[in-house]
Amino acid sequence: MDWGAIIQNSFRGFIGEPFIYFSLAAMGLNMHYGYTGLLNFGQAVFMAAGAYGLSMAVVTLGLNFWWGLLLGIVVFPLLLALIMGVPTLRLRADYLAIVTIAASEMFRIIARSPSLDRWTGSSDGLTAFANTFYDFNPFDKQKRYFFGLFIGNQMWVVLIGWIVLSIVVLIVWMTMRSPWGRVLRAIREDEDAARSLGKNAYWFKMQSLMIGGMFGALGGMFRAIGTQSAQPQNFITDVTFFAWVALILGGAAKVGGPIAGAAILYGILNFTDVFLRQLVENGYVPESVMDGTQVGQVRFMLIGLGLILLAIYRPQGIFGTKEEMALDDR
Amino acid sequence: MGGVQLVATFARARRGVLAVVVAFLVLLGLGSNGPVSAQEEGGEVKGSLVQKNEEGERVGVPSVTFRAFDESGAEVASTTTGEDGAWSMVVPEGTYDILLDVETLPDGVALRNPDKNPAQVTLIDGSSKSTLFPLGEPEESSAGGNTVIQLIVDGLKLGLIIAMCAIGLSLIYGTTGLTNFAHGEAVTFGAVMAYLLNNAGVFGVQLPLIPATIIVVVICGGVGGLFNRTVWRPMRRRGASLVAALVVSIGFSIFFRYVILFTFGGRAKRLRDYQIQEQWDLGLFRLAPKDLVLMIISIAVLVGVASALQLTRMGKAMRAVSDNRDLAESTGIDVERVISLVWIFGSALAGLGGVLFGLTESINWEMGFRILLLMFAGVTLGGLGTAYGALFGSIIVGLFIQLSTLIIPTDMKNVGALLMLIVILLIRPQGLFGRRERIG
Amino acid sequence: MTAEPSTAQHLFDGVPFEPGAAKNDPILVADGVRRAFGGLVAVDVDHLEVQRGAITALIGPNGAGKTTFFNLLTNFDEPDTGSRLFEGNDLAGVSAYKVANLGMVRTFQLTKSLSKMTVIDNMCLGGTGQTGESFFKALFPFLWRRQEAEITERADALLERFKLSHMRDEFAGTLSGGQRKLLEMARALMVKPNMVMLDEPMAGVNPALKQSLLDHVKGLRDEGMTVLFVEHDMDMVQEISDWVVVMAEGRIIAEGPPESIASNQAVIDAYLGAHHDSALDLEAD
Ligand SMILES: Nc1ncnc2c1ncn2[C@@H]1O[C@H](COP(=O)(O)OP(=O)(O)OP(=O)(O)O)[C@@H](O)[C@H]1O
Ligand SMILES: [Mg+2]
Repeated sequence: MDWGAIIQNSFRGFIGEPFIYFSLAAMGLNMHYGYTGLLNFGQAVFMAAGAYGLSMAVVTLGLNFWWGLLLGIVVFPLLLALIMGVPTLRLRADYLAIVTIAASEMFRIIARSPSLDRWTGSSDGLTAFANTFYDFNPFDKQKRYFFGLFIGNQMWVVLIGWIVLSIVVLIVWMTMRSPWGRVLRAIREDEDAARSLGKNAYWFKMQSLMIGGMFGALGGMFRAIGTQSAQPQNFITDVTFFAWVALILGGAAKVGGPIAGAAILYGILNFTDVFLRQLVENGYVPESVMDGTQVGQVRFMLIGLGLILLAIYRPQGIFGTKEEMALDDR
Repeated sequence: MGGVQLVATFARARRGVLAVVVAFLVLLGLGSNGPVSAQEEGGEVKGSLVQKNEEGERVGVPSVTFRAFDESGAEVASTTTGEDGAWSMVVPEGTYDILLDVETLPDGVALRNPDKNPAQVTLIDGSSKSTLFPLGEPEESSAGGNTVIQLIVDGLKLGLIIAMCAIGLSLIYGTTGLTNFAHGEAVTFGAVMAYLLNNAGVFGVQLPLIPATIIVVVICGGVGGLFNRTVWRPMRRRGASLVAALVVSIGFSIFFRYVILFTFGGRAKRLRDYQIQEQWDLGLFRLAPKDLVLMIISIAVLVGVASALQLTRMGKAMRAVSDNRDLAESTGIDVERVISLVWIFGSALAGLGGVLFGLTESINWEMGFRILLLMFAGVTLGGLGTAYGALFGSIIVGLFIQLSTLIIPTDMKNVGALLMLIVILLIRPQGLFGRRERIG
Repeated sequence: MTAEPSTAQHLFDGVPFEPGAAKNDPILVADGVRRAFGGLVAVDVDHLEVQRGAITALIGPNGAGKTTFFNLLTNFDEPDTGSRLFEGNDLAGVSAYKVANLGMVRTFQLTKSLSKMTVIDNMCLGGTGQTGESFFKALFPFLWRRQEAEITERADALLERFKLSHMRDEFAGTLSGGQRKLLEMARALMVKPNMVMLDEPMAGVNPALKQSLLDHVKGLRDEGMTVLFVEHDMDMVQEISDWVVVMAEGRIIAEGPPESIASNQAVIDAYLGAHHDSALDLEAD
C-alpha cells in the first residue's frame, strides 16, 4: 500500500479540480435551493450547458474561444433556465424537480445520439477546444507545483478556478445581504407571502434559476477545460447529486457551505477511490469481489448513501445548528 | 412527543436504513461481473463488432483485424477481435485512421457502410473513443404491415407496462405526498431478480419464468413493505419534511442503482425463457405470442387494480386517504395500514412491470430509472396522485413514444415523451384529472 | 384623533341596506364573481361594492366562502366567471403581485410569517420600489443603502406601534401565534396600500392589544385607507366597522351598517338555520 499516494490524493481532493467543478455547481444549487427553495435536480444539465456551450462553439461552429465562453456561461444556461423554468416556476416545488431530472435524461439521450454526431460528437463528445485557455498558461507544463500536487496545465486550471470561485462567493455574499437576496429568502419561506407584498415571485425565481444555473455552467465548463473534453457521461443525472451532497454537507443557505461541502466530499471520495484501487491492485481484494471499474461505481454508492444519511441525520449540514435553514424545513 | 420516544424513533430510523441496505445487498450478492480495463497513458480506441444471427440476437464476430495508421500513413498498432467481437488498441496522442481489414471478415459478412472504412479518430491522453463498424445490410425501418398500426400496438404494450409501474408511484404520492424516486429501482430489482431465478438459478435450479415471476412479485411486495416500515414510516412519525423525504428517496435510488450495477454488471442481459419467438403476422401488424400474453396480463392486472380500488373496502380506504388524509383518519381509517398496503402492492406491481419489460426488451441496471421518468410523464399527464389518471397518462405516453419514431430517430424517442411532460405542465399543470390547490 | 369613537358612516349616506347596494365612491367592485371546486360552489357573488375610506367587515359562518372570495379579489385565485375592478383597473389576468402593487394588500387567515427570517427582515421586505431588489444593483450597496435605511426606520416605527420592537432581531418562526398575526398586519402596512384586506386579523390577539390595534385600524382609516376585514368576533365588528357585508354559502345575503345586521332575518337564518325567529346573539359565536 502506498500511503503517500493515498494521503496526497485525498489532499488533492480538498482543493483540486473536482473540488472546483463541484463547488461551483453547489454554489448554484445553494442559490436555487438554499436561498430560493427551488428543487433543481438537473444541475448536471447546467454544467453540460457550460461544457457544450464552449466546445460546440469552438469545435462545431468554428467560433473562437471567447465566443465559446459567452455561449457556455451566458447563452446556453439562460436558455435552459427558461425552458425548465417557464412551465414549472408557477407550480409546486416538485414539478421543477421532475422537469429538471427529465431534462438531464433528455440531455443524455440527445448528447449520445449518433444521429447528432456532427454537432455533439455523440458518446465520445468533443475534444481539444480549450487551446486558447492553455496558451495563456504561465506555468511550465513539465514542472510540478503546489507541493507537487499539480503539473503546469493543471495548476493553471486550478488557479483560474480558485479565482472564479472567489468571485462567485463574493457575488453570492453581496447579493444575499441585499434586498434582492431578502426577496429570494422570502420566496423560499413562503412564496404567497412574498407575492402578497408585491414581489414578482415568478421572476425572482427565474433570476435565481438563471444565476445559479450560470454558476453550474461555470463548473461544467471548468470540467470540460480541465480535461479538454466534453463527454455526455461526465454530465449524467447522477452527477447532479454530487453537488447536492456537497451542498447538504456544508449546509444550505450558508455562503461558504458548498465550498466546505465540496472539499470534504472530494477529500472523502478521493481517499476511498485511491484506497480501494490500492487494495485491488495489491491483491487485498480478490478480482471476483471487485475490480478496477467497480471502484468507480463505489463512489456513486457513497453519494447515494451520503444523501440518505445526511437527509435523515444531519439535514442542517455538518456545521449547522437546528435553528438555521435545513433540508427538512419544508 | 417525549424526548425518550423521539430518541427511540431516531434509533428505529437508523436501524431501518441499515436493515434495508443490508437486505438489499444480501438479495443482490449473487451476481458477478466481468472486468473492463481502464486507460491512463495514451488514448484507447475500441469497439465491438457484432452481427445479428438467424434468431435476431446480436453476436460478436471474432478474429477480425483492425489496424491504426498515424497521419504519416505508418501503421502504429493492430489487433484482432475476441470471441465477443470486442477490440481495443492503445496509441499515443494524435489523429489516426482506423482500418477494418475486410479480408479477415467471415464469408457472407460485409460492412454496412464500406465508404466509412477507414474511420478517423483523434485521441488525447487518457481518453477513450469507441468506433463503430456496423455490419450487414442497412436496417429496414418498417417491420412490414402498416407502420402506424404496428407502432400503436407497440405503444400500447409499452404504455401498459408503464402504467403498471406507475400505479404504485401515484398511490404512494397520493397517500403520503412522497414523490418516490426510488420507485424505478423497484422495477429494475424485479427484472434482475427474475433474471437471477430464470437464468442464473438458485441452488443450481433454473426456475421457469412463470413461477419465477410469482416469486419475484412476492419478494418485491415484501421488500416494498419492509422499505416502508423501516425507512418511511419512522420518517413520517418524526414529521420529516417532504423535501428531506424526496432527497432520501433519491439517495436510495442512486444507491440501489449502483449496487445493482456493481453486482449485475453494466451489460444488458436477456431472460432465458420465451426469448426467441416467431412473430405472428396479423396483416396490419406483427406480434409475438409473448407480447400478446404480456398485454393480456397487464390489462387483467390493471382492471383488477381499478376494480379493487373501486369496490373493496381497502380500495375505498386508499382513495379516501389519497383524497384527504386527515379526514380519512378522523373517520376511523387506519391510515398507516393503508399506506403499508399501498407500498406492498405498488412495489409488487413495479416488480411485475420490471419482469414484463425485461421480457419485451432486455434487462439492465438502469432500466428502472429510464422507466421512472416515463412514469413521471404519465403520472403528470394524468394528474399527480390520481390512480386512474396515472393509468391513462401512462398509456398515452407509451403510444406517444412509439408514434414519435415516425418523426424523430428511434434512439431519441424518449425525448418526445419528456418534452410532452414539459408541454403539459405549460398548458394544464394539474393534468387531465387533477385539480388545483387551496391557497390562504 | 377624537376621544369619541370616530366613524365614517356618513360615507354611506343614501346607500340602501341591501345586498349588492351601489356605494357613493366604490374603490373595489366585484360583479358576477363565481368560483366552484368540483361540484361545490364556494363563491357566487352577484355584485359587491366596497366604499373608499371606510372600514367594511365581511362576516359569515365557517365555510361561507370569505377566504375564497378574498383570494378571488386579490387574484390569488381565478374566478370561473365575473369581473373585479380595483380603482377602475380591471383585475382580470393581473398577477397577484401586481394587485399588491396597485395598492391592495391582503393578509392570510393562516399566517404566513417568514420563519427563518428575522422580524425586521420580514418588515423590510414589505417596502415597495426597492432599488436593491435588482440583481445588478444589489451588487453595489451604495445605490440602495440610503433607501434601505429609510425603510428600516419606517419598519421600526411600525414595530413599535404593534408592540413587536423587542422581537426585532429574532427569527419570525419564534413568534407566538398572536404575534405572527400582528407581524403580518404590520408587514402589509409597509407596502403603503390604499386598501388592506385582513383575513381574521385579530384571531388569537390578547384583548388589551386588540383594543389598541382597533384604534390603530381606525387611525388608518382616518388617514384615508380603506379596510376590508373578515372577523368572527361580533363585538369587534360592531365597534370598528362602518359597514358590514354578510356572506353565507358563497352568496352575499345582507349588507348594512353594523346595527342593522344583528336583527336581519336572513343573517339570523344563515347563522342559526332557517325558521329561527329570535334576535341574533352573535356574541355566543
Ligand atoms: N381549493 C379548494 N378545493 C376544494 N374546496 C375548497 C377549496 N378552497 C375552499 N374550498 C371550499 O370552499 C368553501 C369556502 O371556504 P372558505 O375557506 O372560503 O370559507 P371561509 O368563509 O373563509 O370559512 P372560515 O370562516 O372558516 O375561514 C368551503 O366549503 C371549502 O371547503
Ligand atoms: Mg376563512
